[in-house]
Amino acid sequence: MSMHEPRDVALGMAAQDADRALVARLQRGDEAAFREVVARYHMALLRMARMYVATQQAAEDVVGETWLGVVQGIERFEGRSSLKTWLFRILMNRARTRAVREGRNIPFSALASNDDDDEPSVAAERFIASGPDAGHWSSLPRAWDDIPEERLLALETRARIQEALDALPVNQRSVLTLRDIEGFSSAEVCNMLDISETNQRVLLHRARARVRQALEAWLNEREDA
Amino acid sequence: MSGAELTCQELVELVTAYLEGALAPSERLRFEHHLAGCAGCTAYLAQMRQTIALLGTLSAHDIDPEAEQALLVHFRNWNRQ
Repeated sequence: MSMHEPRDVALGMAAQDADRALVARLQRGDEAAFREVVARYHMALLRMARMYVATQQAAEDVVGETWLGVVQGIERFEGRSSLKTWLFRILMNRARTRAVREGRNIPFSALASNDDDDEPSVAAERFIASGPDAGHWSSLPRAWDDIPEERLLALETRARIQEALDALPVNQRSVLTLRDIEGFSSAEVCNMLDISETNQRVLLHRARARVRQALEAWLNEREDA
Repeated sequence: MSGAELTCQELVELVTAYLEGALAPSERLRFEHHLAGCAGCTAYLAQMRQTIALLGTLSAHDIDPEAEQALLVHFRNWNRQ
């Protein structure tokens, strides 16, 4: 398998050195190094895989195949991308293969299209409909600065975010997960998902807007109670 | 209001492009000009930034010890091959 490795410009020097050391240990077959990358990335890979295949078991298989691919491919890994990007690219490849075998190619064709969703970022009724102030807020968003951090970080708040995430179309969910949860750059995500910068941005925008809406509904509800 | 000025409804659709640095310089100016005079949009942008930060806290759970053990067994076999 030859895998194109996109450059990670954003990766800092210290992170690069740590990455290189870890790769060198993996290339020597160091079990502690393998355990380290498994601890760091296994669950994230599983979450990503689960979006593309029908069952949890299939997702686990895909991640297992990914780890096998890592062990087999690490010798040829040249470090032009981060280890993490390389891992996720192997995963996406395996997940794609599996989805095709399952006859589930929907996520990938859906990645190319934005037509499934034309919802505005903020509901039209939040804006003044006509007159000189048309298009301006009729009900202002409130600042969240005064909400105590422990409430923002409460398990219930995170559960609402997770719910909103789960309700997203798979193309939006993939982009949002890779960008805002896993912390990949837009260039990396475009490369992993084979989508254009513009497409990536539109999907990210819609996904973030929906999660913000869910958070606003939840935080306002708590405030009004 | 001049036709060149953004409305709030238009601005909210540009937030990601703004945060990604994808707006043309003139669009960016219009965006920031609107923001400077609009408390609602300033709050909205702050909410988006907080949403992104909160998404970043959704870390995955730890791997199940049994699954980890199974992987290590595989690892030893793969290395022997």
